[in-house]
Order: sequence, then C-alpha cells, then structure tokens
Amino acid sequence: MNFLTALRKEWLEQRRTRRLLIVIIVFVAFGLSSPLMAKFMPEVMKSFPETAAIASMFPDPTAADAVGQYLKNMSQFGLLLAVLLSMGAVTNEKERGTAALMLTKPLPRGSFLAAKAVALLITFGVGVALAGLGGYYYTYVLFEPLPVGGWLALNGLLLAYIFVYVAITLLASTLARSQVAAGGIAFGLAILLGIFEAIPTTAKLMPAKLLAWGTQAALGNCETAWGALAVCLGLALAALLGAWLALRKQEL
Amino acid sequence: MSAIQAQGLRKAFGPFVALDGLSLTVEPGAVFGFLGPNGAGKTTTIRILAGLARADAGQVSVAGVDLRTDGHLLSRRVGYLPEEPAFYPWMSAVEFLDYVGRLYGQTPAERKTRTAELLELTGLTEARKRRVGGYSRGMRQRLGLAQALYHRPEVLLLDEPVSALDPAGRKDVLGLIEGLRGTNSALRGTDSALRGTCTVFMSTHILADVERICDSVAVIDHGRLLAQGRRDELIERYATPALRVEAAAGAAEAFAAWAAGLNALPWVSAVTVDGLTATVQVTDLPLAQRELLRLAVAADLTLERYELVKPTLEDVFLRIVA
Repeated sequence: MNFLTALRKEWLEQRRTRRLLIVIIVFVAFGLSSPLMAKFMPEVMKSFPETAAIASMFPDPTAADAVGQYLKNMSQFGLLLAVLLSMGAVTNEKERGTAALMLTKPLPRGSFLAAKAVALLITFGVGVALAGLGGYYYTYVLFEPLPVGGWLALNGLLLAYIFVYVAITLLASTLARSQVAAGGIAFGLAILLGIFEAIPTTAKLMPAKLLAWGTQAALGNCETAWGALAVCLGLALAALLGAWLALRKQEL
Repeated sequence: MSAIQAQGLRKAFGPFVALDGLSLTVEPGAVFGFLGPNGAGKTTTIRILAGLARADAGQVSVAGVDLRTDGHLLSRRVGYLPEEPAFYPWMSAVEFLDYVGRLYGQTPAERKTRTAELLELTGLTEARKRRVGGYSRGMRQRLGLAQALYHRPEVLLLDEPVSALDPAGRKDVLGLIEGLRGTNSALRGTDSALRGTCTVFMSTHILADVERICDSVAVIDHGRLLAQGRRDELIERYATPALRVEAAAGAAEAFAAWAAGLNALPWVSAVTVDGLTATVQVTDLPLAQRELLRLAVAADLTLERYELVKPTLEDVFLRIVA
C-alpha cells in the first residue's frame, strides 16, 4: 500500500540529492577505465626503467584481464558506495523526524522501507548498466568482443552482489541510532562476510562467488554458482525482513 | 463519543516513569489545551495518541480508533504536528503537500486544489516553490500545520505548536488553530467543513496561548493528571480571589506596615507586596471587598488604585502544579 508513492519520492530523492549522479560518475569512470588500465598498464610500466623488467615478465593483456579489472574495481567501489549511500537511509529520517511525520500518514513501515531498497537498487542498476555499456565498448575496441549474454550476466551478478550490501546496510540503518553507527555495523557485517569468503567450505556460497561466476560468464564459460546466488538473495531478503520487523517495533 | 479517551496510560523509559496512570477525556469539537511543565509527559502522551509510541499499560482511543487493535486506521482520522516538524529539505512546499496528498490517495485534481488551499491558508503561496531546506522556523511550522490538516482530520494533535515562534508567527499559527473552532474567518471558504468538527489537542506550556484559544484544559505533571475541565470552570475552581491595592507615592512605610498587618485577618490567605502595590488573596471575596477599603481608609492611606484581580490560568496552573 502506497509503495509506489513512496518509491516515487525515494527516486526523486536519489536524483535531487545527487546520489544517482555520484553512482553514475564513479561507476562509469571505472567501467571505462578498467579495460584501459588492463590494456595500457603494462606499457606504462615498461616506460619506466624501474618497472620495465617486471612488466616485461607479464604476458600480453587479454579481455580476461579487462574483465578482471572491471569486476575488481566495480565490486570494491560498489560495496563502498552501497554502504555510504544506504547507511543514512533510515537513521537520517529517524534522527531528523521525517520518519515520525510520514509514518503517521497512510504509509506502512514495510512500504517505507521497501521503497528505499528498490530506489537504491534502481540507482545502482542504472550505474551498473552505464558502466557495463562503457566497459563492454572499450573491451571490444581494445581487445575483442565479449559474449553479450555473458556480459549481461556478469553485470546482473555484480548488481546482486552490491544489493546484498545495500540490504545489509539498510538493516544496520534501521537498527542503529546514528548514521555513523549504521555504517560501522554495515562494514562489520561486510567484514564478517569476508571471513566466510576466506573459509573454503563457505566461500562457494558467499557474495564474492557471484563475481567469480560473472567472470566466467563474461568469458563464455559455463561454470555457475546458483547456490551462491540463492544464498545472496536469501541474505538480502533476510536483511530486509529483519529491518522491517525491527522498524515495526520501533517507537519514533 | 469522546474524540480522545485515555484510561490509565503508563509509559516508562527505563527507571524514568513518563506517564503514571494518565486518564483523560476530550470532547469532540473542543480546542483542548494540554498543560504541564517541561518533562511532565506531554510529548510522550501525544506520541502515544499519534500511534508513534506504545503505552506500557492502559487503553486509548482517538477518533473512535482503538489504538491497541485498529492503529492502522488512525492515519486517516488524525493529523499530527510534532514540536519541530521536519521535512525533506530538497522538496518544495508544493511537492511535499502533493506527496502527502498522494499518500491519502487523492486524485491529481484534488491534490492541486487542496495544496493551493492549504498554501493560501498558511500564507506559504509565495514560497511554495522554494526548497523547504531554506524555510524559517515559522514557515516550517506553518507547513507542518498544512500537512496535518491535509486530509481534514477528525482530531488534530499539536505538540507545542507555537513555543519556538516569534510573536508574529505565534499570532498567525494561533489564529489558524483558533479558526478550526469556527471563531476565526481564516478558514472560511476553504476549510469550513473542518470548523466545529475538528478536535484540536494542543500541548503547550505557554499559558497565555491556552487562555486565548482553548476551551478545555488538562494539567499534568510527573505523568499524572492533576486537573481537567473547561477553562472557565478550572479558573473558578482553583483560582483564589484577590484584590490589588496600590498606594500613592510617599506612604511606602505606612503602606508596608498596613499590608503586613492584613495577614492576621481571618479572610486573608496571603499578601504579596511589591513596592507600593499589594495583592491580597482572600477566602471571602464579598467580605474582603467591604473590609479592605474600610481598613485602608482607617489607616489614612491615599490610594491610587483598588481593583479586583481577575484570576488567570497562570494562577490556576501555578497553584495546581505547585
């Protein structure tokens, strides 16, 4: 109920507060620069006498390097932006008092929260889409054309990876009393996931596995990680459900 | 049926008891002043009535909605203005009110009309396209009132609506609230449907404002109801009658001695002397009116002024809370 009205407001907020612009600029910059860095970094290194010997030991860069560079940059900055742009989503409204004002209107707390999650998903979706276009074009120009389906899958999985951290941060933002505390909790949970990613038995089900799957898909290989996708979507949904249950009980 | 009915409300924050068995009743159509010193439990009560907080114990219904079972129905019947209304600073007043209208499911035409009406009513028409982030405190308060009135609520909950406003802003906002009772022309032609039907529940510690616009009053302290009734009844019930005597200059010593002597009289409950003015609180007003002037003449005092002091809500408040 009233989800679309709330989503319309959240989407307007993403644009007015320049959050969408920030995501687009950062993501497009990395989308364009990643293939460039993969292509020209060895040559740059060769031009300096100190690093020329090391650079000559590297094989010639390939499209796989461009894909790897793209995923590395996008996932790192995606995680960072997911936390930074989501950590104030609920705490700010509670601190300022807008949550108390709006939630006395016919706006269920579930719709209030879901609208924020979807608006952030759209923001990151637009950013990933534009970065993907730029990355695909430069990889095509500098290396070789990648399979379009695989490239789409890579970017879809990248978005799913980022959304896990958006959902976790929204949970933190609902539970915490301040934006900084929310950011701290979210980074703490991200580190916890990182620990699970370092354990071989759990690594295959963690968000980072989506990136490995995406790399393979972009290069035309068939290796999948449906289990990781299921766990990640489950994590995101559980985080949002937890946020909703917490918000329902909170006094404003 | 009462507009607001609370019974035995209790709310504690850790060891601090904010509400301690508060019960009160507000009749429909009243402009109800909810008085109490800072920390008395006024805001906690309003937050519970608005559905933003839950009472630990007790029952409450607002506009016929039982908050324990049907809280979700509250939003369509109640308007709420917090003490410091907060808005999205990147929105304009028009956008914010339009957003509120959308939440109430109004059509675009309805929203356009209602938004224009409320902007006109609250004097924000000229500033309607400016970002709310740049609004003054008074403008935010007026926009807060507009959003609370948007859906023509049955009950309007106002938490300290004018406490931080300058005199002009206070006058404007009080005028708007007063208009809901039907005594002000500010709502004529726009919100006439609200007049007389909207119950206003207003917390404040500014007694002059209550005296000006409220017809019923409740006084709370330490989370407990100390008194409730119609404003004039409370004044009659609690205010001590008093007479004020002002002596002419040059008789200060004799006047002070005379005033001090009044304390011994059985119909005098207290005497306050301030320079050449004495305020004499009495238990038997007709007797005091006859005797006091006679005693002043007998003491050979020259008087500048002799008058009956009209008791105010402030007197009542101070007496009840003290």
